[in-house]
Amino acid sequence: MKLAQRLYLPEVVSGLVLTAGHFFRNMGAHVARALGRRDARGAVTIQYPEERRPYSPRLRSLHRLVRREDGSPRCVACMMCETVCPARCIYIVAAEHPNPDIEKVPARFDIDLGKCVFCGFCVEACPEDAIRMDTGILEFSSYSRGGMIYTKEMLLALEPATGDGRPTSPVPIPPDRRMPAP
Amino acid sequence: MTAIADLGIAFGRVAFVMLFILNMGGLLTWVERKQSAIMQDRIGANRASIFGFRLLGLFHPLADAIKMLTKEDFMPARADRFLFQLAPFVSVFFGLVAFAAIPFGDTLRLAGREIPLQAVTLDVGVLYVFAMLSLSIYGVMMAGWASGSNFAILGGQRAAALMISAEIAIGASIMGVIMWYGSLSLQTIVRGQGDLLLGWIPAWGILVQPLGFLLFVTAGIAATRRIPFDTPESESEIIGYFVEYSGMKFGMFAMADFLETVVIAGLTTTLFLGGWQVPWLYAEGFRFPWGAELALPHLLVVLLQVGAFTVKVSLMIFVMMLVRWTLPRFRYDQAMRLGWLGLFPLSVLNIVLTGAVLLLVGGPA
Repeated sequence: MKLAQRLYLPEVVSGLVLTAGHFFRNMGAHVARALGRRDARGAVTIQYPEERRPYSPRLRSLHRLVRREDGSPRCVACMMCETVCPARCIYIVAAEHPNPDIEKVPARFDIDLGKCVFCGFCVEACPEDAIRMDTGILEFSSYSRGGMIYTKEMLLALEPATGDGRPTSPVPIPPDRRMPAP
Repeated sequence: MTAIADLGIAFGRVAFVMLFILNMGGLLTWVERKQSAIMQDRIGANRASIFGFRLLGLFHPLADAIKMLTKEDFMPARADRFLFQLAPFVSVFFGLVAFAAIPFGDTLRLAGREIPLQAVTLDVGVLYVFAMLSLSIYGVMMAGWASGSNFAILGGQRAAALMISAEIAIGASIMGVIMWYGSLSLQTIVRGQGDLLLGWIPAWGILVQPLGFLLFVTAGIAATRRIPFDTPESESEIIGYFVEYSGMKFGMFAMADFLETVVIAGLTTTLFLGGWQVPWLYAEGFRFPWGAELALPHLLVVLLQVGAFTVKVSLMIFVMMLVRWTLPRFRYDQAMRLGWLGLFPLSVLNIVLTGAVLLLVGGPA
């Protein structure tokens, strides 16, 4: 080590100059922001629940079922997604569609998000473009495993996110997502 | 009637010092969070709110206090019950009383009285403050010993060893100041710093004793037991003397650290930064070296002095926080080596140099 490093004091001073420089630069930015300069940023923090980092349009978030114009699901219950799913988290029960031109409709379409690995294979496998992962919703949680199972009605109600990944629908809350009784 | 007035004045002086140091200590938890955050490009704790007002996170100390007061007060089964309870109080008490001899202003003349702005006027104020600072280590050692835990006793012993090596350096490093101003009374030392060097430079301790200032601040930071000298605590290895404490007792140890930071900052201000002196401000007003004069009423002068003292202490606390959030912790043996082989010999050298200068050039008088 050089003598200056062995003495320690010059290194201490250079360290203090560095951190003090950060302090005063950031403090100046904070003051400028408080005085109305919106572009001044004194911190790299994104204050999450209020501010969100913009998400990529390719982000795979919570699934939604695409609707037809009459509001019924576009899904024809072909079981492609259920078959391709590596986590086996999709459960479909098929039923007759009243319209003879459409072969089938799902009577149940459950996704167990506790199992889902968000690989997006279901979206790619779908021949009808009936399932997408573009809601931008990432915050789903539950006190029970059952609460992680999202049903057809919940998935049908969701809307796609905005261009920078902001969700437009509220986070769906399953009916049985409740605190278990102590 | 005069007895009541005297009592009221004495009470007021003590109350001012108590409120000053308690508020500073409480505020320091906020300063520490916010200053470290801004230094590290973060925002810092800002979520505690009252009726939706966050006020820059100023309610966090309040939330902390509520949290700590409502926590379980745990005591290990093998603890020495009496000493375990006593230790945090000892720590905080000596941190609080140490500030009493530090003058926060010149004499206030009010309604025919002369009120010294100091909680107690002591002729040996320096010794008193150091005695109280040294005694505060008893709380730490007590905590380490009474906890009945190996890690706690290790922390207590480290604290004792660190305190001894720091105290010696503190005591030796201010010898130069005492020799220069020729008094052990803190008020006299501050008055001496009102003199001018070469007719225009305020003769603050930092200018006449630069080496002493450096050594004192280093040893003073060591005496506060905070990073980079937090070997007694060492949260990543032994957690230290308060490892068995919980709730408000733990909070009191944390508070004692902050109080000692305020005391060391106050002492540094008093000894080296001119105490309550404002450059070129005298009892009757400003007298600038270029000849201009500005007469001020007595009350305004006193207010300026008390304000200058507060600003200087805050500045010193800022520097100490800056050090705390910049440097990594010294290893235990490095801290010892720095104290015994670095600070102490340099302090002795400082004494010799000061003596030589006083002998050859002559003192301030």
